[in-house]
Amino acid sequence: MSMSENLDAAKLKVRDLRLSFGDKEVLKGISMDIPEKEIVALIGPSGCGKSTLLRAINRMHDLVPIARVSGEIFLDGKNIYDKELDVVDIRRRIGMVFQKPNPFPKSIAENVAYGLKIAGGTSGKNLQDVIKTSLEGAALWDEVKDSLDKSGLALSGGQQQRLCIARAIAVKPEIILMDEPTSALDPISANKVEKLMLELKKDYTIIVVTHNMQQAQRVADRTAFMYLGEVIEYRPTRELFESPIHDLTKNYISGDFG
Amino acid sequence: MNRNRTDRLFSYLFLGAGMLSVLILLGIFLMLLINGIRTFAEINPLEFLFGSTWNPSAYEKASYGIGSMLVSTLMVTLGAMIIAVPLGIGSAAYLSEIAPARVREILKPILEMLAGIPSVVIGFLGIVLLGPAIASTFGLNNGLNALNGSILLAVMALPTIVSVAEDAIRAVPNSFKEASYALGANRWITLTRVTLPASFSGIIAAMVLGMGRAIGETMTVLMVTGNNLSMPNSYFDSIRTLTATIAIELGEVAYGTTHYFSLFAVGAVLFTISLLVNIVAEWVASKFRY
Repeated sequence: MSMSENLDAAKLKVRDLRLSFGDKEVLKGISMDIPEKEIVALIGPSGCGKSTLLRAINRMHDLVPIARVSGEIFLDGKNIYDKELDVVDIRRRIGMVFQKPNPFPKSIAENVAYGLKIAGGTSGKNLQDVIKTSLEGAALWDEVKDSLDKSGLALSGGQQQRLCIARAIAVKPEIILMDEPTSALDPISANKVEKLMLELKKDYTIIVVTHNMQQAQRVADRTAFMYLGEVIEYRPTRELFESPIHDLTKNYISGDFG
Repeated sequence: MNRNRTDRLFSYLFLGAGMLSVLILLGIFLMLLINGIRTFAEINPLEFLFGSTWNPSAYEKASYGIGSMLVSTLMVTLGAMIIAVPLGIGSAAYLSEIAPARVREILKPILEMLAGIPSVVIGFLGIVLLGPAIASTFGLNNGLNALNGSILLAVMALPTIVSVAEDAIRAVPNSFKEASYALGANRWITLTRVTLPASFSGIIAAMVLGMGRAIGETMTVLMVTGNNLSMPNSYFDSIRTLTATIAIELGEVAYGTTHYFSLFAVGAVLFTISLLVNIVAEWVASKFRY
């Protein structure tokens, strides 16, 4: 089956990942493989650790002094928690889109250019091109092409989120992490972002945390159900929703708890 | 059934409280203006503002030029800001973004206590410590000068600047910083490109409050700047500020004389400077508000 072949060359391999905040263990030995150019959804009840897992993948927990991580996450075979690796480089390769749209209080163009500017070396014509292609990639160009100097915060919520996606893809990451990217949006905007995700899948590997099981079914190739810091079941989306193996999964997707 | 009435009562109460401070401000300005304007019955306003000789008790012809005092005030204020603003913003950034929570909890109250030191004590330090230090460092025979005043005013403005700027920097939503880190920015880039610009309007407010403190400060500059009425040429010159002049002369002056009124006019000039600084700052800050 083509899906298991994909797994052999997984883009990202999580191995026995454990994470605790102080005394509280939030991730209890997660192992999973994320294939390239697929969308993987993480679902599960609040507090199950899905956002924590997502943020572990681009080392956002480095900023939290009480967070302790053990285990490995291999990106193209290299452990991103290896002391030798530069966290800045990892975050450039693994971009992130947050739950609440968070454009900088800067112009639309500056928002998109930020990642490139801080990396240095890109300027002038080239930068304009990247701004255009990134906004096109995020399906936002037509709406903002005449107002690139306007503040990113002047956009609507849905536009802001697509701006954040444009900002993330401007630095050409390999993986995009999305933490409930549509939960703060109205249905129409959410629909646009979902369509965009399917479009982005052609070029990027996407891991998305979602509370919306319909969304997982619409966009994700694979879905992992998490519960109390563990991955209970991780399978192709259709299989997981149509014939869940574990009772916990079954109960969750039928809406018995959440 | 009484709720509406209570609501209305409170809205009037708060309206009254708000109006009171406006009225006090207006009253002060009118008092300065009404008294000060009488100076100009005898003195040409231009001569008053730009004349560099202040000698109200001259034997033959009194002169009322505040030019040198105006320059002196602006000089020590500018000097103080040049020292205090970078230091203040740096400390604020350190306290809010870099320092561990425990260090901040100790440092911030200490810094704020600095604001509680009476200005006369600071002036005392200026005379006994800073003055001689400046004199020996730069080979002057007198360390009571504009530089001395600037340094001490910087020390006095610092707590205000740090405290207000730190609040502003800390109020920047975490989500901005996270977005920056997620794009591969390190701490320094995040601070300079995202956090500080996002808190710019608050930082401007911090600078203005600090500057207000420096412009209006009287006792310290009176003590340490040497009380020299001539036009200063450098920070090593002794000077006398507008505030010091009012403080020194208002107690001695004969009521109702031109000299008396001119001191009110000096006060009005000070008031106008503060007002202008505030208006400009408000305008600049509004450009950066998001």
